[in-house]
Amino acid sequence: MTPESTAMRAIPGEVPASTARLGRAQWTDALVDLRETGGRLVALWGSDAGDAMLVSAAIAMGDGLRVVELALGTGEKCPDLCGLFAGASRMQRAASDLVGIEFEGARDTRPWLRHGAWPAGEFPLRRGFDPARERPNPQADYAFVRVEGDGVHEIPVGPIHAGIIEPGHFRFSVVGEKVLRLEERLGYAHKGIERRFQDFSVADGYRLAGRVSGDSAVAFQWAYAQAAESIAGVAPPPRARWLRALMLERERVANHLGDLGALGNDAALAFALSQFMRLKEDWLRLQAEAFGHRLCMDRIVPGGVDADLDDSSKARFVDQAAAIGDEVRSLQVIFDESSSLQDRFITTGRLTPDQARAFGVTGLAGRASGQPFDLRADLPCDPYPELAVRKVVHESGDVATRVKVRFEELYESLRLIAQIARRMPAGPTRIDYPQPPAQALGVGFVEGWRGETFVALRSGEGGTIARCHAHDPSWHAWPAIEHAVIGNIVPDFPLINKSFNLSYSGQDC
Amino acid sequence: MIPLLVKVFRTGIVSEAPPAPAAEWRERACAMQADILRLLGRALVIRQVDAGSCNGCELEIHALNNPYYNLEGLGIKFAASPRHADMLLVTGPVAKNMEHALRIAYDAMPDPKLVVAVGDCGRDGGIFGAGYATCGGVGKVIPVDVTVPGCPPPPLAILRGILAALETPRR
Repeated sequence: MTPESTAMRAIPGEVPASTARLGRAQWTDALVDLRETGGRLVALWGSDAGDAMLVSAAIAMGDGLRVVELALGTGEKCPDLCGLFAGASRMQRAASDLVGIEFEGARDTRPWLRHGAWPAGEFPLRRGFDPARERPNPQADYAFVRVEGDGVHEIPVGPIHAGIIEPGHFRFSVVGEKVLRLEERLGYAHKGIERRFQDFSVADGYRLAGRVSGDSAVAFQWAYAQAAESIAGVAPPPRARWLRALMLERERVANHLGDLGALGNDAALAFALSQFMRLKEDWLRLQAEAFGHRLCMDRIVPGGVDADLDDSSKARFVDQAAAIGDEVRSLQVIFDESSSLQDRFITTGRLTPDQARAFGVTGLAGRASGQPFDLRADLPCDPYPELAVRKVVHESGDVATRVKVRFEELYESLRLIAQIARRMPAGPTRIDYPQPPAQALGVGFVEGWRGETFVALRSGEGGTIARCHAHDPSWHAWPAIEHAVIGNIVPDFPLINKSFNLSYSGQDC
Repeated sequence: MIPLLVKVFRTGIVSEAPPAPAAEWRERACAMQADILRLLGRALVIRQVDAGSCNGCELEIHALNNPYYNLEGLGIKFAASPRHADMLLVTGPVAKNMEHALRIAYDAMPDPKLVVAVGDCGRDGGIFGAGYATCGGVGKVIPVDVTVPGCPPPPLAILRGILAALETPRR
């Protein structure tokens, strides 16, 4: 039975999406079918629906999202999806930790987010779990995969890293300085955000969504707003959509500026860090002046945008886009002419198109490895159809290619910013957000600077949040890095890692 | 090489004057004695620990190293090891999964040690609060000298907090 024939119900709103709750056999068939027709796993999460445990999988198709749900009876296990979608493993482990769902046939059943802060047998997203109760916090052992052989040794790194970076643990198995295997252990930044959402109303939850990953505050708040608006059946005014796009493109540029500087620095070109960080500071200062927050946190709300632009700010945005473009072009010449930099970048940390496809890597890392997905072009919501976003896609998948994608996407975003600022329609920026109906499912799906940013939101009684799953694209790229690193030398790991610059908080949340 | 030198020359020096310390954010009389401060002047080595932040605070701490704030120009630098540090600059509500690592980092620092908690969630858990996965603030785990409010605090606020920890208490 194909999913199309099982009466998928459309989810209203800005994102083309449909959903169905299926029986066990149908669910697996539907996923096989979606996989065979080009579907990518965007997210997998569990919920306690009261009478049953629910497993939900969001699949991206060419024409939109499918959210297929399976209700599990008491003691019933969910079929393992790792054979269909390699990236499912960690999401399944997280669902086991948080909701207690077991996956039949899954090979890796080690805890992922549960390091010892709550005991096995307790599940934070189950009803009746008391988040406030004091619990002992022992350090659980973790069975890393051992590599054996002559001269193999391990280098453990983290959770505290040597720089100003988020926490995570990397276990390298090396011979000399060559990496045979990298195993990541994440979850250190787990803050219980999905449980915490239940303390917020649907109208207010955007604040928490903006802090799933601070560098993607705009992407998450837009995705959250899409989901909330989908539930309530309301649409933001046109001007709000243009302002959202303006903030999203500015967030993309801000992160690319910072990362390009850091990439130069990691390859011993400190000059790049000073220059790009200077430009980023100029960028954020104008953002603070125009929108009242350097990272645009709390500016995108259900129903619209909590900010506006006057004509002089618009003109400054256009001028700044031109000025920063000139500066970055002159810096790109210096990058291209620096043989020591290119020597570090080219062929380093190669993620092949096959690997990227297997893990469902999207966003800039995916596009550097031949994955031609960009929601702004593929499923454009207003104002993107009017802007005709030029997709940047390359194949080589090494650090140099990710650097190239960043430069090209930065220029494209600067073009979009100037367009948006010039063409922004007049009118209100926000409507009143009504109390949403109970037990409604809404989704949001936004091309953040890092990739596809997804939010699934289910309302409870009286405008409360029953369940909110906020999904960072880093979920898909983290396991891919384990492969991109193989055969490289240990000192190139920081460079490879920075070229992806994945979110720890977004994955752990 | 010539384009690089031209860029350096054209950019010039953009560093700005440092802000005044924010004495009002001090949580307790500072652990560092006046005579040590006299001896060391303003030289300060910081170990930053992300104890489960959203990474917003890290972006702003990174910004402190940009040429506008020029932190190293003030004699302040970041170190890779807590054993080399005078100050722990901690962000996040302290995820339970980071509680142990944070304690180890604090214990590894030589005395006298300064701790600056950055951001609303470093102060009291902020938007994440205290729950099954969060301790509810840096002060719940290690002693804190100065707390910098904000979500995230802008770079100047973080700098004012760092400088406040360096100033001896006025009596």
